[in-house]
Amino acid sequence: MRKTLLSALALLSAASMTVSMALPAQAADKTLTIYTYESFVTEWGPGAKVAAAFEKTCDCKVEWVGVADGVELLTRLKLEGEGTKADIVLGLDTNLIAEAKATGLFVPHQLAPQGLTVPGGFSDDTFLPYDYGHFAVVYDTEALKNPPRSLKELVEGDPDDKIVIEDPRTSTPGLGLLLWVKSVYGDKAGEAWAKLKDRVLTVTPGWSEAYGLFTKGEAPMVLSYTTSPAYHMVAENTERYQAAAFSEGHYVQIEVAGMTKTADNPELAKAFLTFMTGPGFQPIIPETNWMMPVAATDAPLPAAFDKLVKPEHTFLYAADEVAANRRAWIDEWLSAMSAK
Amino acid sequence: MYTTREASAIVRAGGIVLASILLFAGLSTVVLLFHAEGGAGGALFDAYLFGVARFTLLQASLSTVLSVALAIPVARALARRRHFPGRNWIVRLSALPLGLPALVATLGIIEVWGRRGIVNQALATLGLDNPVSVYGLAGILIAHVFFNLPLAARLLMAGLERIPPEYWLTSANLGMGSGAAFRLIEWPVMRGLLPGIAGLVFMLCATSFTIVLTLGGGPAATTIEVAIYQALRFDFDPPRAVILSVLQIALTGTLLYFMRLLGTPAEEAPTAGRAIRRFDGKRGRLSDGLVILAFTLFTAAPLLAVVAAGFASDLPRLAFDPLLHRALATSLAIALASATLCLAVAMPAIAIAPLAAADRAPAPLRYLAGTLQATSSLILLVPPVVVATGWFLMLRTFGEVGRFAPYVVVVINALMALPFVIRVLEPAYRTHIARTGRLAVSLGVTGLHRLRWIDLPALKRPLLTAFAFAMALSLGDLGAVAIFGADGVVTLPWLLFSRMGSYRTADAAGIALLLGILCLLLTLPSTASGKNARDDA
Repeated sequence: MRKTLLSALALLSAASMTVSMALPAQAADKTLTIYTYESFVTEWGPGAKVAAAFEKTCDCKVEWVGVADGVELLTRLKLEGEGTKADIVLGLDTNLIAEAKATGLFVPHQLAPQGLTVPGGFSDDTFLPYDYGHFAVVYDTEALKNPPRSLKELVEGDPDDKIVIEDPRTSTPGLGLLLWVKSVYGDKAGEAWAKLKDRVLTVTPGWSEAYGLFTKGEAPMVLSYTTSPAYHMVAENTERYQAAAFSEGHYVQIEVAGMTKTADNPELAKAFLTFMTGPGFQPIIPETNWMMPVAATDAPLPAAFDKLVKPEHTFLYAADEVAANRRAWIDEWLSAMSAK
Repeated sequence: MYTTREASAIVRAGGIVLASILLFAGLSTVVLLFHAEGGAGGALFDAYLFGVARFTLLQASLSTVLSVALAIPVARALARRRHFPGRNWIVRLSALPLGLPALVATLGIIEVWGRRGIVNQALATLGLDNPVSVYGLAGILIAHVFFNLPLAARLLMAGLERIPPEYWLTSANLGMGSGAAFRLIEWPVMRGLLPGIAGLVFMLCATSFTIVLTLGGGPAATTIEVAIYQALRFDFDPPRAVILSVLQIALTGTLLYFMRLLGTPAEEAPTAGRAIRRFDGKRGRLSDGLVILAFTLFTAAPLLAVVAAGFASDLPRLAFDPLLHRALATSLAIALASATLCLAVAMPAIAIAPLAAADRAPAPLRYLAGTLQATSSLILLVPPVVVATGWFLMLRTFGEVGRFAPYVVVVINALMALPFVIRVLEPAYRTHIARTGRLAVSLGVTGLHRLRWIDLPALKRPLLTAFAFAMALSLGDLGAVAIFGADGVVTLPWLLFSRMGSYRTADAAGIALLLGILCLLLTLPSTASGKNARDDA
């Protein structure tokens, strides 16, 4: 018995050593540590290009720390508290801003970047936007000939044409749709959900599951982003998947970054935030993060982006309004969707 | 059974194991309980939570009853038909679903049972335009049976194969029919195993998350596990997450306690160790064949869908993807370490049982053994996300948390595999010790000699099976890695989700194929057809 245990421990430590050896080595003198969501730093994500571009200007080293998603990012900060290594946190969205500020870990950026074009006129003293995307119902043109042209048509349409949505309790797009319906229907949101319920094939825990079901052909519609078709056009060369333009307007997700009060080098952090809203960063975003840039880029957007739905009206709740009402609105959603 | 020295070594090891498990899980929950900041408050027990708890138990009960009830004929048929082409491969399939992330298996199930799946298309060509709906309770049940029927069948089959071969000789001499053989030989063995197996399946279904949400059709289908996840992430209310976990453990634990009362282990009987030969093989060929065929189709079809999607991906490019190599190495290292740790932890927990079951076992010993058994079972109900978060909080005081991530993941995976490993090893060990225990002691083959020359050779096959299960579980687990983030620890499931999350569905399918192949390879040593039929136990 003891022998087994000893050899197990030896193996265990050997294995973990190998794993920890694989960790990137700590970098030189000036390092900027940026916490972000994981897809930002995958090999196709903007991370590597952004780091390379910024490192040319700053004589420093950018170190990325990627966690699962925007919500996890905030959880991670709350867990780490003032011990956090993060100088910059990049990847929260406007719905998380109020809670992020409440941690007391962020300081105002004191910057006034010019020429930002963010729908809904978002501006904040602590967080700066770096990209945005409108939520949209993406549909399969081969399965659905007459896509809904408004949220009202989505709610009241044929229950046999199904949609897959995400759960607002566990995912950001899910919360986005919840806020979208609330923006359009207000006090009648509960009734709208009760109606839409029959069209909902299922409610998945996250975007990946929903999009997976959609591309497998289980439902002709899915809640995603107006930019989703761009990926299929650019990477897969197909126009099969399209976003439906809704006449009421679309709810927007604005992704933001802020600097922490524990940043080792506040000037460097500020320099990065300035860089982020400028021409060194913005043109990288569209085809790596599949979101819209917040500032005009020198070169025009890739051709696929011209074909995307451009919402005429944008919905956006103020961050503190979301924070104050999220629980009540989710409860309203729950009771409407759970009703028999 | 044991010498005094062996007995005290086992008791000591058992004590250490129990203390370590309790400390590992307990510390993390205590830390979370006191990390009360930013909690949104609100009533803890409301009508909503009541509904969630009710649905959790309802779907888990139904899933368990279905999985276990269907496993009985499957295990019987497989145990009776010992030689037919492909039998080994069918047995090997049983560890496969465990090693696939729930999302992958769910998508495989949808290829078969979904609105555009094979079943509905076949029904459509027959002129039925009302497709079978996989979204709702039915879908949850199909998915849970897919995951757990092979597991339950495998465990029951192992029990049937431990029946002394002399029984079959005698039953043939007595001219017993199939019904009598079931009543007098097979059922007593299965009845002894059922509470343990049903308990395991129940816990797995009660803590199901992705399957329940994705196939549930709406928020009416929500488990407590979802509420825990929500409390820890969107609401960031760690104390609430802990309290919900306690609720989950209490509810499920109570049910399991009553389930345990239903069955008692079958009596062990000696055997001369002759080869298993089933004289009742001539009867029931057709029905056994149909049962095995249906089981194979049901289990293999979604897996084939996963395989087909995998082959459709750009495999050559994936094969030279350095990140995939790194993820593969990390996943294998973590899985190897956690399976080894799991077996090391399981051994004392199993060896202590015969001691505590002895007639004059002292009360403290019985108490220790009982607690150890309950703990190593119920650990499955402690959400990994809670334990991982607790350890994250503790470890951050010791510097960079990312450095500790692999260790924590290894331990969490090992603990999650513990109930499986015990279900595989415990019955085999009980039979083994009943057959060899006294003899070994009277011959003076004790301590490490006994372990080396008597225990390990006889238990080789269950040990390999347990190891394969533990590794498969660890390979397919995303859990704790997600909490610690990708600071250098990239595992295969993590990579799979990362590709999926950035539209690279085909790459994800390729990685799923790799996971499936790995799990299949793992089962090879434990199912290799040995010449010695005794090894079949």
